[in-house]
Amino acid sequence: MKVDTSNPLWRFRGVTSAAMMFFAYLYLPIVVLIALSFNENRLATIWTGFTTDWYLVALGNDDMLRAAGNSLIIAVSATVIATLAATLAALGMSSGNRFRGEAGVAAMLALPLLVPEIVTAVATLLFFVALGVKLGLLSVIVAHTVFCIPFAYLPIRARLEGMDPSLTEAAHDLYANEWKAFRRVTLPLLWPGIMSGAMLSFIISLDDFVISYFVGGAGATTLPIYIFGMIRMGITPEVNAVSALMLLVSILFVSVSFLIDRIRY
Amino acid sequence: MSEVVVSARSVSKSFGNGAGVVKALDDVSVDILQNEFFTMLGPSGCGKTTLLRLIGGFEQATAGEILLEGEALQDLPPYKRPINTVFQSYALFPHLTVRQNITFGLEMKGIDRKKANARADEMLELVQLAQYGDRVPSQLSGGQQQRIALARALAPAPKVLLLDEPLSALDLKLRKEMQVELKRLQTETGITFVFVTHDQEEALAMSDRIAVMQAGHILQIGAPEEIYERPTHRFVADFIGESNFLSGEIFSSADGAWSLRVEGVGEVVLAQESSTGKLGKVTVSIRPERLSLGHESEQGTDRLKGVVANKVYIGTDTAYRIHLGDGQPLLSVRVQNANGVTGHFSEGESVSVCIPSDAARVLVD
Repeated sequence: MKVDTSNPLWRFRGVTSAAMMFFAYLYLPIVVLIALSFNENRLATIWTGFTTDWYLVALGNDDMLRAAGNSLIIAVSATVIATLAATLAALGMSSGNRFRGEAGVAAMLALPLLVPEIVTAVATLLFFVALGVKLGLLSVIVAHTVFCIPFAYLPIRARLEGMDPSLTEAAHDLYANEWKAFRRVTLPLLWPGIMSGAMLSFIISLDDFVISYFVGGAGATTLPIYIFGMIRMGITPEVNAVSALMLLVSILFVSVSFLIDRIRY
Repeated sequence: MSEVVVSARSVSKSFGNGAGVVKALDDVSVDILQNEFFTMLGPSGCGKTTLLRLIGGFEQATAGEILLEGEALQDLPPYKRPINTVFQSYALFPHLTVRQNITFGLEMKGIDRKKANARADEMLELVQLAQYGDRVPSQLSGGQQQRIALARALAPAPKVLLLDEPLSALDLKLRKEMQVELKRLQTETGITFVFVTHDQEEALAMSDRIAVMQAGHILQIGAPEEIYERPTHRFVADFIGESNFLSGEIFSSADGAWSLRVEGVGEVVLAQESSTGKLGKVTVSIRPERLSLGHESEQGTDRLKGVVANKVYIGTDTAYRIHLGDGQPLLSVRVQNANGVTGHFSEGESVSVCIPSDAARVLVD
């Protein structure tokens, strides 16, 4: 590794080893998890040889596939609804539209990020029960939509803030009415933010355990809940394989989201 | 007299509400003529951009009305006004190519693609960027972006082109080039240009007429030489070029001539037309280059006595500061070094300052 000597940090001894320990702490468990998914032995913790069989077992497990399907349905639905709502919210909150209580609304939009998830989960469950809503896929989708909105909102808002307001004016100036200016100028420029927000929502929803566990009924087992169930039965490398697959999907989405958000004209 | 294209009638514009209300324009009226390069000149906050945005339809007037060829524009949104704008930031659409930027307005007007593309090529030719049609704006330099912004705004052949300080982001050399370019485009297209700037040189170099603005008012409207040679307000004289201000009392002598008596200094004769016809206490403005220096023995009704306080050689000219009398500001005199003579008078020397009778302008405030 090339060390930048102009950075005063490097004067201190042990900076490199401390940094390495930090990264090891973060990533070593994941590396071990992935490594053991290729373990031949039924007991995940004892290495006896290399195999890819556990991936085949995992992909041949109908219950697992059903849970993954549920997760996908929930994540896609919640993402679409949340992104749409977040886009409208961001447009409404854009600097052109000043209104009373704007700061309050902005805070309320970001608040779900700070509320402990267990609180949201219990509150949502009690709310659904009080309303007599049948717990199932639909109730999970609704709950996921709610906590996905702030995640989708932030990148869209940031994108909108960075947009030169005279671009919209220029579109109006060049004979584009409100709708055409939005479709031909604002939306294309906002698109990377929207995509980035959607990807983030998707991952957050796919990953969620606590809220899904509370508001999901018997028929709405998601992948994280299924994995949790598998672990209680004893850890086989199949759990590792499923987790590794999920990690792969997450990394893929986060990377795409990151790359899209970096699009600069 | 040319036809009036844009007419502002008693236009006022306030921003904010309650106690924080700011009056950006206060009862402004102006007529802008067909095929004219009209400049609104003033410091930041004088209301020039607000007036431009009112004409463009981006703001609504609080009072008064704006007419385009005699018809009220008030209720028309920007996209229904046959007026185009060159924005200060250019506002080129970053996700579209140069050609798509130029055809945007044409397409929105319902002109078919083929005709629009032909027009775009014509416009690219006009701004001398014919081979740049397929690039995106970020691949162009500031000066090139500026030209594309012009091409885009001119493509739909608007009745009026609004330009909001379009040269302010360019460096000096490019700015000089673009001044010539803008003037050429205006002459070639025959479109009325309404140009906003705070740069007096820019205004003098390009405009057919200039409106000098301050604090929401138009102080004076006139051709560049009129604004420069015959300023009506102290602000105008001060904002455009350098000027001397002498305070004194104006009186009509027995032979009918008008003279200015400066307390503790002396009297000079003023030309009839330089006075606004008012008597009593006034301030006059005199451009430094209109003054000349003579030996102290030279006398006349157009001369005042003084002492050279300091002199600075600045190449083309020598700038003198003349002490006229206690309590009077130093008089600035510019003498051209056309003959290579630089050492006429030295510091501390007594001189007589010649003030041609038409050099002094009586100001209204």
